[in-house]
Amino acid sequence: MGKYFDMLMEDVRMQEGLHACMNCGICTGVCPAAEFYNYDPRQIVCAVQTRDDETIENLLKSDTIWYCGECMSCRPRCPRGNAPGYVIQALRTLSQRLGFFVESEKGRQQLALKRTVGDNILRTGYCIVPKVITPELHPEQGAVWRWIYDNDEEVFGRFTPCYRKPGAGALRKIDDESMAELHKIFEVSGGQKMFDTIERFSDEKAREMGYDGADDQYMMDVFTTNSNNHY
Amino acid sequence: MRGNNWKDYQKQIADDRFYYGRSCIRQNFFPGSEKAFINILQRDLGKDLFDDPKHSSCTGIGYHADVVPLETTMTVVARQFSLMNEAGYENFTTSCITSFGIYTEMLATWKEFPETLERTRENLYKATGREFEVPKCMSHTSDVVFHFRDQIAAKAKHRLINAATGEPLRVVEHIGCHYAKIFPKAGVGGSEFPYVLAGMVESWGGECVDYPERRHCCGFGFRNYLVQANRGYSIANSQKKLESMAPYKPDFIVANCPGCSMFLDKWQYTIAEMEGTTYGQNGHGIPVLTYEEMAGLVLGYDPWELGMQMHQVDVEPLLDKMGIDYDPSAKYLGRNGRYIGKPQSAVVNAGKTVYDIRE
Repeated sequence: MGKYFDMLMEDVRMQEGLHACMNCGICTGVCPAAEFYNYDPRQIVCAVQTRDDETIENLLKSDTIWYCGECMSCRPRCPRGNAPGYVIQALRTLSQRLGFFVESEKGRQQLALKRTVGDNILRTGYCIVPKVITPELHPEQGAVWRWIYDNDEEVFGRFTPCYRKPGAGALRKIDDESMAELHKIFEVSGGQKMFDTIERFSDEKAREMGYDGADDQYMMDVFTTNSNNHY
Repeated sequence: MRGNNWKDYQKQIADDRFYYGRSCIRQNFFPGSEKAFINILQRDLGKDLFDDPKHSSCTGIGYHADVVPLETTMTVVARQFSLMNEAGYENFTTSCITSFGIYTEMLATWKEFPETLERTRENLYKATGREFEVPKCMSHTSDVVFHFRDQIAAKAKHRLINAATGEPLRVVEHIGCHYAKIFPKAGVGGSEFPYVLAGMVESWGGECVDYPERRHCCGFGFRNYLVQANRGYSIANSQKKLESMAPYKPDFIVANCPGCSMFLDKWQYTIAEMEGTTYGQNGHGIPVLTYEEMAGLVLGYDPWELGMQMHQVDVEPLLDKMGIDYDPSAKYLGRNGRYIGKPQSAVVNAGKTVYDIRE
């Protein structure tokens, strides 16, 4: 048995999501990522169940494992009870732990996700808040969102008594004690360690690529770069 | 087949005393829907619902963006349950499909792998000194509205009927992948024939449209929207659904998940601006409602108090069809009733200042 396969099997999602795959391909048939990218979840499962270290290491360093949207449409379809989406989650977790994620364009985007959604959780207690959905970075949000963004106190004030203030209601400011508990949970359960790991490997890779570390320029480049070699 | 199938997938939904979990996405884009849900439960149905200022994000978007590890999400979920215990409630209801998927996944994992439950208890205690018990009943807020759909129908001021013709409105219902695809038995009707929204639509006089891509993902795909470079995935999958449903001429879309509600609304704007393509019968967009908004309209709530001015696609054509009396000048009022200006018009909008990008 290969060392990477053993490491993957420490993740309960692998134990739940990978039994013997018979390669029927129904997961690929319903997969939104397979319709858009050059992507085939059947082949991912096939590669992982070889248990071959070189094959799995190549996967961990590839763009391929980052195409899945984790919609889990594959899960109820598999006649063997596999969940390729769970296998992907385990592969992504291991790729980050080992620092392999920075070897692919799509993998390097993990820094952008950590600095947006991840940091936002520890800053506000929410994955997103209105002020981070800037019209400049989100033109697809349209004219009405720009109106909301520009008049946030007025628009949200119609529906919540505590917009960015303490109290019960939508978009409230979460109290300091609750935020302290959240931070401590991240420290104790490995969340902070994962954030630090993403930052450390991204910084090393950024320097290797000629940046002055994982600075704002590197972050924006991984957020916006699309080589268009994925289809 | 449908009748037999969905009846195999029934779930327990509590009758009263709910601990309410807000949603990061719903409170951002549909705060009026969260307010309406609380009002419907407390005022219209006389139920006990607790809105706790102490609870936080479940971290679900971070978990499915793969930056928040499983053990961390488990421990945050455990804290939410501890807060529920502390407040004296046993029935957790969450306003978000991603959260609902997270809660059901964590509950199932604890059951399947008891060592993860023990580790979560240790982590939570070490981090916060808290202990917790799992909920007696876990539901999505749409399950709760579904549960009370006949009581809502009995109080209806409007029905999902074209007021001019008397015909049922044609409704596209979109369930959201994480409602039942991860754990089919956690959703009313399972993943094949989910009935949670269809049950509301039928009880309130409308009819559901069956179309080829009915169960396709809205296209959120977490990192495939959250990272700008990947958004082609998201819009392409929404477009696939919109193209599939348009020939069936739906009067509106109703979505279970706040993310899906937002994407099916916003990507219509983007497709119209990029290509000049619109999917509504009037040459503009198809209105996209949350189920709280649909319930609110049925109960006679004012559309602007429901927050429907926050949609990109105008809802007025639907309000007119239903024969709802509304004040057009109240649409763009701020918190103190003062006019705050209005958004620029766009191709998907039905207002008088509409321009056509193709001209």
